[in-house]
Amino acid sequence: MDNENGTVHMDVERICELAHFDMTSEEMSEYQDQLDRILEYVEMLRQLDLDGIEPTMYGQPVANNFREDIVVPGLTHDEVIRNAPDQANGEIKVPKVVE
Amino acid sequence: MKYLVSIGLETHVQLKTRTKMFCGCLLSTDCPPNTNVCPVCMGLPGALPLMNKEAIRKTVMSGLMLGCSINKYSRFDRKNYFYPDMVKNYQISQNTDPLCIGGGVDIGKGENIRRVRINHIHLEEDAAKINHYDRHSGIDYNRCGTPLMEIVSEPDMHSSSDAMEYLTALRQILVYAGVSDCNLEDGNMRSDVNVSVRPETSDRLGTKVEIKNMNTFKGICAALEFEIDRQTAILKSGGSVVQETRRWDGECGETFSMRTKENAHDYRYFPEPDLLPVMLDDGTIEQWRSELPELPGKKRERFKTQYSLPEYDAGVLCAQLPVAAFFEQTVQRGAAPKSVSNWIMTDLLRLLGQTGRDISDIPLTPDSFASLLKLVDSKSINTPTAKELFEELFEKGGEPEAIVKERGLGQVSDTGAIEEFAARVVAENPKVAADYVGGKAPALQYLVGQVMKLSRGKANPQMAAEIIKRKIAGE
Ligand SMILES: [Zn+2]
Repeated sequence: MDNENGTVHMDVERICELAHFDMTSEEMSEYQDQLDRILEYVEMLRQLDLDGIEPTMYGQPVANNFREDIVVPGLTHDEVIRNAPDQANGEIKVPKVVE
Repeated sequence: MKYLVSIGLETHVQLKTRTKMFCGCLLSTDCPPNTNVCPVCMGLPGALPLMNKEAIRKTVMSGLMLGCSINKYSRFDRKNYFYPDMVKNYQISQNTDPLCIGGGVDIGKGENIRRVRINHIHLEEDAAKINHYDRHSGIDYNRCGTPLMEIVSEPDMHSSSDAMEYLTALRQILVYAGVSDCNLEDGNMRSDVNVSVRPETSDRLGTKVEIKNMNTFKGICAALEFEIDRQTAILKSGGSVVQETRRWDGECGETFSMRTKENAHDYRYFPEPDLLPVMLDDGTIEQWRSELPELPGKKRERFKTQYSLPEYDAGVLCAQLPVAAFFEQTVQRGAAPKSVSNWIMTDLLRLLGQTGRDISDIPLTPDSFASLLKLVDSKSINTPTAKELFEELFEKGGEPEAIVKERGLGQVSDTGAIEEFAARVVAENPKVAADYVGGKAPALQYLVGQVMKLSRGKANPQMAAEIIKRKIAGE
Protein backbone atom coordinates (compact mmCIF):
# COMPACT_ATOMS: atom_id res chain seq x y z
CA MET A 1 0.00 0.00 0.00
CA ASP A 2 1.74 3.12 -1.20
CA ASN A 3 0.91 6.62 -0.16
CA GLU A 4 1.35 9.80 -2.18
CA ASN A 5 4.98 10.49 -1.34
CA GLY A 6 6.17 7.09 -2.51
CA THR A 7 6.86 5.53 0.88
CA VAL A 8 5.06 2.38 1.97
CA HIS A 9 2.35 2.58 4.55
CA MET A 10 -0.21 0.15 5.93
CA ASP A 11 -3.62 1.33 7.10
CA VAL A 12 -3.59 -0.63 10.35
CA GLU A 13 -6.91 0.73 11.53
CA ARG A 14 -8.66 -0.56 8.41
CA ILE A 15 -6.87 -3.90 8.55
CA CYS A 16 -8.03 -4.30 12.16
CA GLU A 17 -11.56 -3.53 11.14
CA LEU A 18 -11.47 -6.05 8.29
CA ALA A 19 -9.90 -8.74 10.47
CA HIS A 20 -12.21 -8.06 13.41
CA PHE A 21 -9.32 -7.14 15.73
CA ASP A 22 -9.88 -4.82 18.66
CA MET A 23 -6.75 -2.79 19.45
CA THR A 24 -5.98 0.19 21.60
CA SER A 25 -4.45 3.19 19.86
CA GLU A 26 -1.12 2.46 21.59
CA GLU A 27 -1.11 -1.06 20.16
CA MET A 28 -2.09 0.27 16.81
CA SER A 29 0.79 2.71 16.57
CA GLU A 30 3.18 0.00 17.74
CA TYR A 31 2.03 -2.35 15.01
CA GLN A 32 1.92 0.51 12.53
CA ASP A 33 5.60 1.00 13.03
CA GLN A 34 6.47 -2.71 12.82
CA LEU A 35 4.29 -3.41 9.80
CA ASP A 36 5.63 -0.41 7.89
CA ARG A 37 9.14 -1.70 8.46
CA ILE A 38 8.16 -5.13 7.10
CA LEU A 39 6.67 -3.47 4.03
CA GLU A 40 9.85 -1.46 3.54
CA TYR A 41 11.82 -4.68 3.63
CA VAL A 42 9.63 -6.25 0.95
CA GLU A 43 9.97 -3.00 -0.99
CA MET A 44 13.60 -3.91 -1.69
CA LEU A 45 12.29 -6.36 -4.29
CA ARG A 46 11.24 -3.43 -6.42
CA GLN A 47 14.82 -2.43 -6.92
CA LEU A 48 15.51 -5.72 -8.69
CA ASP A 49 15.00 -6.24 -12.39
CA LEU A 50 12.18 -8.83 -12.44
CA ASP A 51 11.34 -8.57 -16.13
CA GLY A 52 10.26 -11.91 -17.55
CA ILE A 53 10.11 -13.61 -14.16
CA GLU A 54 6.80 -15.32 -13.44
CA PRO A 55 5.34 -14.72 -9.97
CA THR A 56 5.78 -17.81 -7.78
CA MET A 57 2.60 -18.86 -6.07
CA TYR A 58 3.62 -22.31 -4.86
CA GLY A 59 6.81 -23.66 -3.33
CA GLN A 60 7.01 -26.84 -5.38
CA PRO A 61 6.31 -27.52 -9.06
CA VAL A 62 3.51 -29.95 -8.20
CA ALA A 63 -0.14 -29.85 -9.26
CA ASN A 64 -3.35 -31.91 -9.26
CA ASN A 65 -3.38 -33.25 -5.73
CA PHE A 66 -6.84 -34.78 -6.13
CA ARG A 67 -8.95 -37.15 -4.11
CA GLU A 68 -11.52 -39.53 -5.58
CA ASP A 69 -15.19 -38.86 -4.88
CA ILE A 70 -15.42 -41.43 -2.08
CA VAL A 71 -17.22 -40.96 1.24
CA VAL A 72 -15.00 -40.98 4.35
CA PRO A 73 -16.62 -40.94 7.80
CA GLY A 74 -16.12 -37.63 9.61
CA LEU A 75 -16.97 -36.46 13.12
CA THR A 76 -19.90 -37.75 15.12
CA HIS A 77 -22.66 -35.31 15.94
CA ASP A 78 -21.60 -35.32 19.62
CA GLU A 79 -18.02 -34.50 18.68
CA VAL A 80 -19.18 -31.55 16.58
CA ILE A 81 -21.51 -30.17 19.22
CA ARG A 82 -18.89 -30.57 21.98
CA ASN A 83 -16.96 -27.58 20.64
CA ALA A 84 -20.03 -25.42 20.06
CA PRO A 85 -20.94 -22.72 22.59
CA ASP A 86 -24.59 -23.75 22.49
CA GLN A 87 -26.96 -25.91 20.45
CA ALA A 88 -30.66 -26.31 19.75
CA ASN A 89 -32.24 -29.24 17.89
CA GLY A 90 -28.89 -30.37 16.57
CA GLU A 91 -28.09 -26.96 15.09
CA ILE A 92 -25.31 -24.78 16.42
CA LYS A 93 -26.95 -21.88 18.19
CA VAL A 94 -25.61 -18.38 17.54
CA PRO A 95 -26.92 -14.87 18.24
CA LYS A 96 -29.50 -13.85 15.67
CA VAL A 97 -27.85 -12.77 12.43
CA VAL A 98 -29.50 -10.87 9.61
CA GLU A 99 -30.16 -12.64 6.34
CA MET B 1 -37.22 8.76 -24.09
CA LYS B 2 -36.66 5.03 -24.45
CA TYR B 3 -34.62 3.07 -21.95
CA LEU B 4 -32.42 0.03 -22.41
CA VAL B 5 -32.18 -2.67 -19.75
CA SER B 6 -29.05 -4.79 -19.17
CA ILE B 7 -29.17 -7.88 -17.00
CA GLY B 8 -26.35 -10.18 -15.93
CA LEU B 9 -26.69 -13.28 -13.79
CA GLU B 10 -24.29 -15.02 -11.44
CA THR B 11 -25.73 -18.47 -11.08
CA HIS B 12 -24.57 -20.83 -8.33
CA VAL B 13 -25.10 -24.48 -9.14
CA GLN B 14 -24.67 -27.31 -6.63
CA LEU B 15 -22.77 -30.12 -8.30
CA LYS B 16 -24.05 -33.67 -8.14
CA THR B 17 -21.06 -35.34 -6.50
CA ARG B 18 -21.10 -37.92 -3.72
CA THR B 19 -18.80 -35.99 -1.42
CA LYS B 20 -17.87 -32.41 -0.54
CA MET B 21 -15.38 -30.23 -2.41
CA PHE B 22 -12.38 -30.60 -0.12
CA CYS B 23 -13.23 -33.52 2.22
CA GLY B 24 -14.87 -36.94 2.07
CA CYS B 25 -18.10 -35.92 3.84
CA LEU B 26 -21.32 -37.19 2.26
CA LEU B 27 -23.47 -34.72 0.33
CA SER B 28 -27.00 -34.99 1.62
CA THR B 29 -30.12 -32.92 1.91
CA ASP B 30 -32.10 -35.07 4.28
CA CYS B 31 -29.73 -35.92 7.13
CA PRO B 32 -30.11 -34.48 10.66
CA PRO B 33 -28.16 -31.20 11.12
CA ASN B 34 -24.40 -31.36 11.64
CA THR B 35 -24.01 -35.07 10.94
CA ASN B 36 -22.01 -34.91 7.68
CA VAL B 37 -19.07 -32.86 8.88
CA CYS B 38 -15.39 -33.41 9.58
CA PRO B 39 -12.35 -31.42 10.74
CA VAL B 40 -11.84 -30.02 7.19
CA CYS B 41 -15.33 -28.61 6.60
CA MET B 42 -15.60 -27.53 10.27
CA GLY B 43 -12.39 -25.54 9.82
CA LEU B 44 -10.60 -27.17 12.75
CA PRO B 45 -6.94 -26.16 13.16
CA GLY B 46 -4.49 -28.30 11.23
CA ALA B 47 -7.03 -29.86 8.88
CA LEU B 48 -6.05 -29.70 5.20
CA PRO B 49 -8.35 -29.55 2.16
CA LEU B 50 -7.99 -32.01 -0.74
CA MET B 51 -9.65 -31.35 -4.13
CA ASN B 52 -12.49 -33.61 -5.28
CA LYS B 53 -11.54 -34.64 -8.83
CA GLU B 54 -15.15 -35.36 -9.78
CA ALA B 55 -16.13 -31.75 -8.98
CA ILE B 56 -13.35 -30.53 -11.27
CA ARG B 57 -14.55 -32.92 -13.99
CA LYS B 58 -18.19 -31.83 -13.70
CA THR B 59 -17.22 -28.15 -13.86
CA VAL B 60 -15.06 -28.73 -16.94
CA MET B 61 -17.88 -30.74 -18.56
CA SER B 62 -20.27 -27.85 -17.90
CA GLY B 63 -17.76 -25.53 -19.53
CA LEU B 64 -17.49 -27.80 -22.57
CA MET B 65 -21.29 -28.02 -22.89
CA LEU B 66 -21.49 -24.21 -22.75
CA GLY B 67 -18.73 -23.67 -25.31
CA CYS B 68 -16.20 -22.26 -22.82
CA SER B 69 -12.47 -22.62 -23.25
CA ILE B 70 -10.92 -24.64 -20.47
CA ASN B 71 -7.98 -23.14 -18.64
CA LYS B 72 -5.03 -25.50 -18.66
CA TYR B 73 -3.88 -23.84 -15.45
CA SER B 74 -6.31 -22.87 -12.72
CA ARG B 75 -6.09 -22.48 -8.98
CA PHE B 76 -7.96 -21.56 -5.83
CA ASP B 77 -7.98 -18.37 -3.75
CA ARG B 78 -9.17 -17.46 -0.30
CA LYS B 79 -12.07 -15.06 -0.10
CA ASN B 80 -12.10 -13.58 3.39
CA TYR B 81 -15.28 -12.62 5.22
CA PHE B 82 -16.87 -13.04 8.61
CA TYR B 83 -20.22 -14.73 8.82
CA PRO B 84 -21.28 -17.78 10.84
CA ASP B 85 -22.12 -19.77 7.69
CA MET B 86 -18.38 -20.11 6.96
CA VAL B 87 -16.40 -21.62 9.84
CA LYS B 88 -12.91 -20.79 8.59
CA ASN B 89 -13.73 -17.08 8.08
CA TYR B 90 -12.82 -17.57 4.44
CA GLN B 91 -14.34 -19.36 1.51
CA ILE B 92 -12.11 -21.28 -0.89
CA SER B 93 -13.01 -19.94 -4.34
CA GLN B 94 -11.37 -19.11 -7.67
CA ASN B 95 -10.74 -15.41 -8.24
CA THR B 96 -8.09 -14.93 -10.92
CA ASP B 97 -7.60 -18.31 -12.61
CA PRO B 98 -11.01 -20.04 -12.91
CA LEU B 99 -11.52 -23.40 -14.64
CA CYS B 100 -13.56 -22.10 -17.62
CA ILE B 101 -13.55 -18.86 -19.64
CA GLY B 102 -16.01 -17.54 -22.24
CA GLY B 103 -18.78 -19.54 -23.87
CA GLY B 104 -22.46 -18.72 -23.92
CA VAL B 105 -26.10 -19.79 -23.92
CA ASP B 106 -28.40 -19.28 -26.91
CA ILE B 107 -31.84 -17.81 -26.28
CA GLY B 108 -34.72 -16.98 -28.63
CA LYS B 109 -36.02 -18.96 -31.58
CA GLY B 110 -35.47 -19.16 -35.33
CA GLU B 111 -34.11 -15.93 -36.74
CA ASN B 112 -34.14 -14.28 -33.33
CA ILE B 113 -31.57 -16.56 -31.72
CA ARG B 114 -29.19 -14.47 -29.61
CA ARG B 115 -26.22 -15.49 -27.54
CA VAL B 116 -25.89 -14.57 -23.88
CA ARG B 117 -22.14 -14.63 -23.34
CA ILE B 118 -20.61 -16.29 -20.31
CA ASN B 119 -17.70 -14.46 -18.70
CA HIS B 120 -16.33 -17.45 -16.78
CA ILE B 121 -17.21 -20.45 -14.63
CA HIS B 122 -15.44 -21.02 -11.35
CA LEU B 123 -15.59 -23.59 -8.61
CA GLU B 124 -15.93 -22.87 -4.89
CA GLU B 125 -17.29 -24.33 -1.68
CA ASP B 126 -20.82 -23.67 -0.49
CA ALA B 127 -21.56 -22.11 2.90
CA ALA B 128 -23.56 -23.66 5.74
CA LYS B 129 -27.31 -23.28 6.01
CA ILE B 130 -28.51 -20.76 8.57
CA ASN B 131 -32.03 -21.03 9.91
CA HIS B 132 -33.50 -17.96 11.55
CA TYR B 133 -35.67 -18.19 14.67
CA ASP B 134 -37.31 -15.60 16.95
CA ARG B 135 -34.44 -15.27 19.39
CA HIS B 136 -31.48 -16.96 17.73
CA SER B 137 -30.07 -18.36 14.52
CA GLY B 138 -29.22 -22.05 14.10
CA ILE B 139 -26.49 -23.38 11.84
CA ASP B 140 -26.33 -26.70 10.02
CA TYR B 141 -22.88 -27.32 8.56
CA ASN B 142 -23.94 -30.30 6.41
CA ARG B 143 -23.95 -28.02 3.36
CA CYS B 144 -20.71 -26.28 4.31
CA GLY B 145 -17.94 -27.21 1.89
CA THR B 146 -20.15 -28.79 -0.77
CA PRO B 147 -19.00 -28.12 -4.37
CA LEU B 148 -20.60 -25.04 -5.87
CA MET B 149 -20.06 -23.94 -9.46
CA GLU B 150 -20.62 -20.28 -10.27
CA ILE B 151 -21.57 -19.35 -13.83
CA VAL B 152 -21.14 -15.63 -14.47
CA SER B 153 -22.88 -14.20 -17.52
CA GLU B 154 -22.16 -10.95 -19.32
CA PRO B 155 -24.94 -8.31 -19.04
CA ASP B 156 -26.41 -9.51 -22.36
CA MET B 157 -30.02 -9.96 -21.30
CA HIS B 158 -32.46 -7.10 -21.84
CA SER B 159 -35.72 -8.17 -20.21
CA SER B 160 -37.04 -10.48 -17.52
CA SER B 161 -38.12 -12.93 -20.23
CA ASP B 162 -34.54 -13.02 -21.61
CA ALA B 163 -33.38 -13.95 -18.11
CA MET B 164 -36.02 -16.68 -17.85
CA GLU B 165 -35.00 -18.12 -21.22
CA TYR B 166 -31.34 -18.05 -20.23
CA LEU B 167 -31.97 -19.81 -16.93
CA THR B 168 -34.28 -22.39 -18.50
CA ALA B 169 -31.74 -23.23 -21.21
CA LEU B 170 -28.84 -23.28 -18.74
CA ARG B 171 -30.73 -25.58 -16.41
CA GLN B 172 -31.68 -27.93 -19.25
CA ILE B 173 -28.05 -28.18 -20.37
CA LEU B 174 -26.72 -28.84 -16.86
CA VAL B 175 -29.37 -31.46 -16.12
CA TYR B 176 -28.62 -33.11 -19.50
CA ALA B 177 -24.92 -33.22 -18.64
CA GLY B 178 -25.72 -34.88 -15.30
CA VAL B 179 -23.76 -32.09 -13.62
CA SER B 180 -26.52 -31.07 -11.24
CA ASP B 181 -30.13 -31.90 -10.47
CA CYS B 182 -30.84 -28.14 -10.66
CA ASN B 183 -33.71 -28.64 -8.28
CA LEU B 184 -34.88 -25.12 -7.47
CA GLU B 185 -36.79 -26.02 -4.31
CA ASP B 186 -33.72 -27.67 -2.84
CA GLY B 187 -31.67 -24.57 -3.66
CA ASN B 188 -29.51 -26.45 -6.23
CA MET B 189 -29.53 -23.37 -8.46
CA ARG B 190 -29.42 -19.87 -6.95
CA SER B 191 -28.77 -16.63 -8.76
CA ASP B 192 -27.47 -13.17 -7.95
CA VAL B 193 -28.98 -10.73 -10.39
CA ASN B 194 -27.36 -7.54 -11.72
CA VAL B 195 -29.63 -5.07 -13.45
CA SER B 196 -29.10 -1.59 -14.86
CA VAL B 197 -31.13 0.80 -16.99
CA ARG B 198 -29.83 3.55 -19.29
CA PRO B 199 -31.26 5.93 -21.88
CA GLU B 200 -31.21 4.36 -25.34
CA THR B 201 -28.93 7.14 -26.53
CA SER B 202 -26.21 6.30 -24.01
CA ASP B 203 -23.62 3.70 -24.93
CA ARG B 204 -22.38 3.19 -21.39
CA LEU B 205 -24.11 0.77 -19.03
CA GLY B 206 -26.21 2.40 -16.31
CA THR B 207 -25.47 2.09 -12.60
CA LYS B 208 -26.02 -1.51 -11.61
CA VAL B 209 -28.00 -2.83 -8.72
CA GLU B 210 -27.47 -6.32 -7.37
CA ILE B 211 -30.20 -8.55 -5.97
CA LYS B 212 -28.73 -11.47 -4.04
CA ASN B 213 -29.48 -15.14 -3.64
CA MET B 214 -32.72 -15.79 -5.47
CA ASN B 215 -33.71 -19.43 -5.91
CA THR B 216 -36.95 -19.42 -7.91
CA PHE B 217 -37.32 -18.38 -11.56
CA LYS B 218 -40.62 -16.73 -10.69
CA GLY B 219 -38.98 -14.68 -7.94
CA ILE B 220 -36.16 -13.61 -10.26
CA CYS B 221 -38.67 -12.58 -12.92
CA ALA B 222 -40.80 -10.56 -10.48
CA ALA B 223 -37.74 -8.95 -8.84
CA LEU B 224 -36.36 -7.96 -12.25
CA GLU B 225 -39.64 -6.42 -13.38
CA PHE B 226 -39.94 -4.45 -10.15
CA GLU B 227 -36.33 -3.27 -10.34
CA ILE B 228 -36.55 -2.28 -14.03
CA ASP B 229 -39.66 -0.18 -13.28
CA ARG B 230 -38.06 1.36 -10.19
CA GLN B 231 -34.86 2.35 -11.98
CA THR B 232 -36.69 3.62 -15.07
CA ALA B 233 -38.92 5.81 -12.88
CA ILE B 234 -35.85 7.28 -11.13
CA LEU B 235 -34.19 8.11 -14.46
CA LYS B 236 -37.39 9.57 -15.92
CA SER B 237 -37.77 11.92 -12.97
CA GLY B 238 -34.20 13.11 -13.54
CA GLY B 239 -32.70 11.27 -10.58
CA SER B 240 -29.81 8.83 -10.50
CA VAL B 241 -29.74 5.20 -9.43
CA VAL B 242 -27.57 4.33 -6.41
CA GLN B 243 -25.17 1.43 -6.84
CA GLU B 244 -26.14 -0.99 -4.10
CA THR B 245 -27.25 -4.48 -3.13
CA ARG B 246 -30.97 -4.93 -2.67
CA ARG B 247 -33.02 -7.70 -1.18
CA TRP B 248 -36.15 -9.10 -2.86
CA ASP B 249 -39.15 -9.51 -0.58
CA GLY B 250 -41.47 -11.90 -2.39
CA GLU B 251 -44.37 -11.20 -0.04
CA CYS B 252 -44.43 -7.43 -0.62
CA GLY B 253 -43.29 -7.82 -4.21
CA GLU B 254 -40.59 -5.15 -3.74
CA THR B 255 -36.82 -4.86 -3.45
CA PHE B 256 -35.26 -3.17 -0.43
CA SER B 257 -31.85 -1.61 0.06
CA MET B 258 -29.60 -3.79 2.23
CA ARG B 259 -27.39 -0.94 3.44
CA THR B 260 -24.28 -3.08 3.69
CA LYS B 261 -21.16 -1.62 5.22
CA GLU B 262 -18.70 -0.13 2.77
CA ASN B 263 -15.93 -2.50 3.82
CA ALA B 264 -18.05 -5.59 3.53
CA HIS B 265 -16.88 -6.28 -0.01
CA ASP B 266 -13.18 -6.10 0.63
CA TYR B 267 -12.58 -9.83 0.45
CA ARG B 268 -8.75 -9.57 0.43
CA TYR B 269 -8.36 -12.49 -1.96
CA PHE B 270 -5.03 -14.28 -1.94
CA PRO B 271 -3.83 -17.63 -3.32
CA GLU B 272 -4.96 -20.55 -1.16
CA PRO B 273 -1.71 -21.85 0.32
CA ASP B 274 -3.22 -25.20 1.37
CA LEU B 275 -3.99 -26.31 -2.20
CA LEU B 276 -1.89 -26.98 -5.27
CA PRO B 277 -2.93 -25.65 -8.68
CA VAL B 278 -4.99 -27.65 -11.18
CA MET B 279 -3.23 -28.40 -14.47
CA LEU B 280 -5.27 -30.08 -17.18
CA ASP B 281 -3.64 -31.58 -20.25
CA ASP B 282 -5.32 -31.98 -23.64
CA GLY B 283 -5.72 -35.72 -23.13
CA THR B 284 -7.79 -35.25 -19.96
CA ILE B 285 -9.94 -32.51 -21.46
CA GLU B 286 -10.58 -34.58 -24.62
CA GLN B 287 -11.43 -37.62 -22.50
CA TRP B 288 -14.02 -35.59 -20.62
CA ARG B 289 -15.34 -34.09 -23.85
CA SER B 290 -15.96 -37.61 -25.16
CA GLU B 291 -18.13 -38.30 -22.12
CA LEU B 292 -20.51 -35.41 -22.89
CA PRO B 293 -24.11 -36.09 -23.84
CA GLU B 294 -25.79 -34.53 -26.87
CA LEU B 295 -26.87 -30.92 -26.25
CA PRO B 296 -30.64 -30.28 -26.07
CA GLY B 297 -30.60 -28.03 -29.17
CA LYS B 298 -28.67 -30.62 -31.21
CA LYS B 299 -31.03 -33.36 -30.08
CA ARG B 300 -34.08 -31.31 -31.13
CA GLU B 301 -32.62 -30.81 -34.62
CA ARG B 302 -31.77 -34.52 -34.90
CA PHE B 303 -35.28 -35.54 -33.81
CA LYS B 304 -36.73 -33.29 -36.53
CA THR B 305 -34.60 -34.78 -39.32
CA GLN B 306 -34.11 -38.38 -38.18
CA TYR B 307 -37.73 -39.00 -37.14
CA SER B 308 -39.49 -36.38 -39.36
CA LEU B 309 -41.09 -34.82 -36.29
CA PRO B 310 -42.58 -31.30 -36.25
CA GLU B 311 -40.63 -28.62 -34.33
CA TYR B 312 -43.23 -28.68 -31.57
CA ASP B 313 -42.95 -32.44 -30.96
CA ALA B 314 -39.14 -32.30 -30.94
CA GLY B 315 -39.26 -29.48 -28.38
CA VAL B 316 -41.62 -31.30 -26.03
CA LEU B 317 -39.78 -34.63 -26.25
CA CYS B 318 -36.31 -33.13 -25.77
CA ALA B 319 -37.29 -30.88 -22.86
CA GLN B 320 -36.36 -33.70 -20.50
CA LEU B 321 -33.60 -36.18 -21.26
CA PRO B 322 -35.44 -39.23 -19.80
CA VAL B 323 -38.50 -38.50 -21.96
CA ALA B 324 -36.33 -38.19 -25.08
CA ALA B 325 -34.63 -41.49 -24.20
CA PHE B 326 -37.99 -43.22 -23.66
CA PHE B 327 -39.13 -41.98 -27.08
CA GLU B 328 -36.01 -43.26 -28.83
CA GLN B 329 -36.08 -46.63 -27.09
CA THR B 330 -39.72 -47.14 -28.13
CA VAL B 331 -38.97 -46.15 -31.73
CA GLN B 332 -35.99 -48.53 -31.78
CA ARG B 333 -38.43 -51.35 -30.99
CA GLY B 334 -40.19 -50.72 -34.27
CA ALA B 335 -42.96 -48.24 -33.40
CA ALA B 336 -43.78 -45.36 -35.76
CA PRO B 337 -42.06 -42.16 -34.50
CA LYS B 338 -45.03 -39.85 -34.95
CA SER B 339 -47.45 -42.14 -33.12
CA VAL B 340 -44.94 -42.65 -30.29
CA SER B 341 -44.61 -38.88 -30.09
CA ASN B 342 -48.39 -38.36 -30.03
CA TRP B 343 -48.91 -40.90 -27.29
CA ILE B 344 -46.07 -39.47 -25.18
CA MET B 345 -47.20 -35.87 -25.58
CA THR B 346 -50.83 -36.55 -24.76
CA ASP B 347 -51.31 -39.66 -22.67
CA LEU B 348 -47.92 -40.30 -21.08
CA LEU B 349 -47.13 -36.74 -20.03
CA ARG B 350 -50.69 -36.32 -18.75
CA LEU B 351 -50.46 -39.48 -16.62
CA LEU B 352 -47.01 -38.47 -15.34
CA GLY B 353 -48.40 -35.06 -14.40
CA GLN B 354 -51.49 -36.51 -12.71
CA THR B 355 -49.62 -39.10 -10.69
CA GLY B 356 -46.49 -37.03 -10.01
CA ARG B 357 -44.40 -40.06 -11.00
CA ASP B 358 -41.02 -40.07 -12.64
CA ILE B 359 -40.67 -41.60 -16.09
CA SER B 360 -37.73 -43.70 -14.90
CA ASP B 361 -39.97 -45.21 -12.27
CA ILE B 362 -43.10 -46.47 -14.10
CA PRO B 363 -44.14 -50.05 -14.97
CA LEU B 364 -44.71 -49.06 -18.62
CA THR B 365 -41.58 -49.97 -20.58
CA PRO B 366 -40.50 -49.03 -24.13
CA ASP B 367 -41.07 -52.74 -24.94
CA SER B 368 -44.69 -52.88 -23.80
CA PHE B 369 -45.35 -49.40 -25.25
CA ALA B 370 -44.02 -50.46 -28.66
CA SER B 371 -46.05 -53.66 -28.74
CA LEU B 372 -49.20 -51.74 -27.78
CA LEU B 373 -48.63 -49.39 -30.72
CA LYS B 374 -48.11 -52.35 -33.03
CA LEU B 375 -51.52 -53.70 -31.99
CA VAL B 376 -53.06 -50.31 -32.82
CA ASP B 377 -51.27 -50.03 -36.17
CA SER B 378 -52.31 -53.50 -37.25
CA LYS B 379 -55.88 -52.58 -36.23
CA SER B 380 -55.91 -55.53 -33.82
CA ILE B 381 -57.36 -53.23 -31.17
CA ASN B 382 -59.29 -49.99 -31.59
CA THR B 383 -58.32 -46.62 -30.12
CA PRO B 384 -60.58 -46.60 -27.04
CA THR B 385 -59.32 -50.06 -26.07
CA ALA B 386 -55.74 -48.93 -26.65
CA LYS B 387 -56.22 -45.89 -24.40
CA GLU B 388 -57.58 -48.05 -21.60
CA LEU B 389 -54.81 -50.56 -22.02
CA PHE B 390 -52.20 -47.78 -21.99
CA GLU B 391 -53.43 -46.55 -18.62
CA GLU B 392 -53.31 -50.09 -17.30
CA LEU B 393 -49.74 -50.62 -18.55
CA PHE B 394 -48.76 -47.30 -16.99
CA GLU B 395 -50.22 -48.38 -13.63
CA LYS B 396 -49.33 -52.05 -13.52
CA GLY B 397 -47.24 -52.96 -16.51
CA GLY B 398 -47.75 -56.18 -18.45
CA GLU B 399 -47.48 -57.63 -21.93
CA PRO B 400 -50.16 -56.04 -24.22
CA GLU B 401 -50.52 -58.95 -26.65
CA ALA B 402 -51.10 -61.41 -23.83
CA ILE B 403 -53.63 -59.12 -22.14
CA VAL B 404 -55.56 -58.61 -25.39
CA LYS B 405 -55.67 -62.34 -26.05
CA GLU B 406 -56.59 -63.26 -22.48
CA ARG B 407 -59.48 -60.80 -22.24
CA GLY B 408 -60.62 -61.00 -25.84
CA LEU B 409 -60.09 -57.28 -26.38
CA GLY B 410 -59.13 -57.79 -30.02
CA GLN B 411 -60.87 -55.48 -32.43
CA VAL B 412 -63.53 -57.13 -34.53
CA SER B 413 -62.57 -56.55 -38.15
CA ASP B 414 -64.47 -59.66 -39.13
CA THR B 415 -66.91 -58.29 -41.73
CA GLY B 416 -69.44 -61.03 -41.06
CA ALA B 417 -69.89 -60.11 -37.40
CA ILE B 418 -70.07 -56.39 -38.09
CA GLU B 419 -72.54 -56.98 -40.98
CA GLU B 420 -74.81 -58.76 -38.56
CA PHE B 421 -74.64 -56.00 -35.92
CA ALA B 422 -75.16 -53.30 -38.57
CA ALA B 423 -78.19 -54.99 -40.07
CA ARG B 424 -79.75 -55.25 -36.62
CA VAL B 425 -79.03 -51.62 -35.72
CA VAL B 426 -80.41 -50.26 -39.00
CA ALA B 427 -83.55 -52.40 -38.64
CA GLU B 428 -84.12 -51.32 -35.04
CA ASN B 429 -83.56 -47.59 -35.73
CA PRO B 430 -85.48 -46.80 -38.92
CA LYS B 431 -86.02 -43.12 -37.93
CA VAL B 432 -82.32 -42.47 -37.33
CA ALA B 433 -81.47 -44.19 -40.62
CA ALA B 434 -84.00 -41.95 -42.35
CA ASP B 435 -82.42 -38.87 -40.71
CA TYR B 436 -79.06 -39.87 -42.15
CA VAL B 437 -80.53 -40.28 -45.58
CA GLY B 438 -82.17 -36.88 -45.10
CA GLY B 439 -78.69 -35.35 -44.65
CA LYS B 440 -78.13 -35.42 -40.88
CA ALA B 441 -74.55 -36.58 -40.64
CA PRO B 442 -74.49 -37.04 -36.83
CA ALA B 443 -77.16 -39.72 -37.20
CA LEU B 444 -74.48 -42.03 -38.59
CA GLN B 445 -72.34 -41.54 -35.45
CA TYR B 446 -75.27 -42.69 -33.35
CA LEU B 447 -75.67 -45.85 -35.41
CA VAL B 448 -71.93 -46.58 -35.25
CA GLY B 449 -72.18 -46.14 -31.47
CA GLN B 450 -74.91 -48.77 -31.36
CA VAL B 451 -72.77 -51.23 -33.33
CA MET B 452 -69.83 -50.56 -30.96
CA LYS B 453 -72.15 -51.27 -28.04
CA LEU B 454 -73.28 -54.58 -29.51
CA SER B 455 -69.66 -55.57 -30.17
CA ARG B 456 -68.77 -54.53 -26.60
CA GLY B 457 -66.38 -51.89 -27.88
CA LYS B 458 -64.39 -54.19 -30.10
CA ALA B 459 -65.68 -53.39 -33.60
CA ASN B 460 -63.51 -51.39 -35.94
CA PRO B 461 -65.44 -48.09 -36.02
CA GLN B 462 -64.42 -47.10 -39.58
CA MET B 463 -65.47 -50.47 -40.86
CA ALA B 464 -68.78 -50.28 -38.97
CA ALA B 465 -69.55 -46.87 -40.52
CA GLU B 466 -68.90 -48.18 -44.03
CA ILE B 467 -71.10 -51.21 -43.55
CA ILE B 468 -73.95 -49.15 -42.03
CA LYS B 469 -73.85 -46.78 -45.01
CA ARG B 470 -74.14 -49.76 -47.33
CA LYS B 471 -77.03 -51.23 -45.37
CA ILE B 472 -78.94 -47.93 -45.42
CA ALA B 473 -78.37 -47.60 -49.12
CA GLY B 474 -80.01 -50.98 -49.33
CA GLU B 475 -77.02 -52.79 -50.76
ZN1 LIG C 1 -16.03 -32.61 5.83
